[in-house]
Amino acid sequence: MNGASKSFKLVVLIMILFASFQGLAKSENDENKEVDTKDEVTEYILHHIKDAHDFHLFSYTSGEGERKHVGFPLPIILWTSNGLTTFMSSEFHHNDDGHVIVEKNGLKFAKIHSKIYELESGASEVSFDDGHHATNASKVLDLSITKSVFGVLLVGLLMFLAFSSLARQYKKKQIPTGFGRVLEPLVIYVRDEIARPNIGEKKYRRFTGYLLTVFFFIWILNLLGLTPLGFNVTGQLAVTAALAIFTLVIYTVSGNKDYWMHILWMPGVPILIRPVLAVIELAGALLIKPFSLLVRLFANISAGHIVVMSLIAIMFTLKESLTVGGATALSLLLSFFITLIEVLVAFLQAYIFTMLSALFIGMAVEEHDHH
Amino acid sequence: MYNLIGAGLIVIGAGIGLGQIGGKAMEGIARQPEATSKIQTAMIIIAALLEGLAFGALFLGK
Repeated sequence: MNGASKSFKLVVLIMILFASFQGLAKSENDENKEVDTKDEVTEYILHHIKDAHDFHLFSYTSGEGERKHVGFPLPIILWTSNGLTTFMSSEFHHNDDGHVIVEKNGLKFAKIHSKIYELESGASEVSFDDGHHATNASKVLDLSITKSVFGVLLVGLLMFLAFSSLARQYKKKQIPTGFGRVLEPLVIYVRDEIARPNIGEKKYRRFTGYLLTVFFFIWILNLLGLTPLGFNVTGQLAVTAALAIFTLVIYTVSGNKDYWMHILWMPGVPILIRPVLAVIELAGALLIKPFSLLVRLFANISAGHIVVMSLIAIMFTLKESLTVGGATALSLLLSFFITLIEVLVAFLQAYIFTMLSALFIGMAVEEHDHH
Repeated sequence: MYNLIGAGLIVIGAGIGLGQIGGKAMEGIARQPEATSKIQTAMIIIAALLEGLAFGALFLGK
């Protein structure tokens, strides 16, 4: 009982820290009085949802009226006509509308809305048309370590360290120590509650590795997304699409004869309906299943981030009508509870992705005795 | 404007669906408490499928 209440207190403490950190990250960004607060909040949230080339923790206006940004830069790696070009994103000085030009390798680069543009030869600054599209610059092949790439690499490293140490501990004795004790029940849970019942007793071992990887990868990234660092990795379509394609490839490649039979020439159905069913089943297996996987994860995590940040933004949007103290209290209360729910969603989405992957794989490898 | 109405319709539909799933699962659990874990698993899968559909629609309507 004591342990439970202790860990509950710890969770509450961590949540308050997260909420106040995110609040800090925002509060300093709204000093500028000339712009409409609501527009600025919307822009800030949409900017956060997208990938970025640096970690931006907060900005403030110093005593001399100068805007200062606090964060840390990430390397930019570009494949251009002059070959590989690398530099740190700090050279853009947090500028995101193309006003800072970086000259490297005989080429000029500008950053517009988190995308790197290469200026045409002879141009010294970016010119825009009415729709705010650059007219004399084009996008380059960007292989940068962006925030999301950094998140993926970080989680990969964390998982490698945690699970290889867990595996080593099993060599010495039966019971893992330290952090391994946290991981072991989760590993067993994924194996016994997700892989085994959905794939079947005979074949689940082959796929447990993938399911465990995908489960922990999504879960840790979702939790990282709740820290004030501003990760939104599982809210990037590219990341969720890649994960869904892994599942698609696995269940398509390991599908047995029965599975393809049921897709292409459904037994027990009038012969004229079979081609129609084949089209539907093919679309379902190759498009709809992976699409539902990728959209669900992307939409849930993005929506969660938008809700958390909107509730934090209550501090500024309702400042006039509720006074500063009232708006802050309301925003803290709401964002605290929604952050708690987001912790649950982080686990639930990882669970559902893994569960549906296991279900799809199970459908593909299932053995039919009759027909 | 129209996409807001559409979003509202999607949410109404998804709400009815989720209510049905949750309500029936509750009934099932009340009738047969020993099958709770199985019912919960099936409930979460169906809810996830519904959610995928609703999010897909919202995403297309954006």
